[in-house]
Amino acid sequence: MEMFRRTRDGGVRTWLSDGEAELLRACVTATIDLMAGDRKDRPRRTIIDDLEELFAAGPDPQVPSDPVLARLLPEGYRDDADKAGEFRKYTESTLREAKKYFAQTVLDTLPERGGAVRLTADQARDWLRAINDVRLALGVRLKVTEEFEDQLAALDPEDPRVADFTAYGWLGAVLDSLLRALNR
Amino acid sequence: MSVAPAEVDLPRIEDESVPDKPWITLVWNDPVNLMSYVTYVFEHVFGYPRSKAEKLMLDVHRKGKAVVASGTREAMERNVEVLHGYGLWATVRQDA
Repeated sequence: MEMFRRTRDGGVRTWLSDGEAELLRACVTATIDLMAGDRKDRPRRTIIDDLEELFAAGPDPQVPSDPVLARLLPEGYRDDADKAGEFRKYTESTLREAKKYFAQTVLDTLPERGGAVRLTADQARDWLRAINDVRLALGVRLKVTEEFEDQLAALDPEDPRVADFTAYGWLGAVLDSLLRALNR
Repeated sequence: MSVAPAEVDLPRIEDESVPDKPWITLVWNDPVNLMSYVTYVFEHVFGYPRSKAEKLMLDVHRKGKAVVASGTREAMERNVEVLHGYGLWATVRQDA
């Protein structure tokens, strides 16, 4: 059965259980925290702060050491550290803000204790990106391969990673259904 | 160490430089992104028809990477920024 249905205004609708809404909320909140990162303790950033940072002397920012961050905020150039650093300097903070924005759309449109979800086409595209970001983060942490189903099947039922693998699979199904509804 | 004089007399050779080789946007395979998602992104970011988006997605999947666009460096950097927003693993390179 399809999870998402297309609505007449070009958006989508679905129904989520309490547990599903809770899982999504926890996942995208993790993305927001991750993207806020080391900036959390800083005062509100202004355009002047951004400009000062942009024109500041010193080496360009490096690829994050956390592999999850490195995947969500990847290099713009391979095999050219200078260009990669310069690209990151000009794009990383915008990309972090974009990913936080997509995740926030999910938080803003999730029913408190599960129930009906209605999304405009724009909100649905934010959901796509937010859910994909969660899958990327989980995928890196779980070292997921293209044979994800085999990896899950090989786990001992008592293994604590079973829950994460199951969530990863469910998010994939959500994403696929959302895409089918949008393509209809 | 000497400091170069101010740029008052640019060498003429600058005018004769060969046209730049085009820059390209590359997308790399990864085990997470769904095939349906990658196809959707190519359709929506580049406005490619479904058939072209699917072919590029399959190239990424089977060959490990695909050139999805070419043009100026600035345009390719913009592409990569947008593709990173979608979580695709994209990079810019000057065509060899």
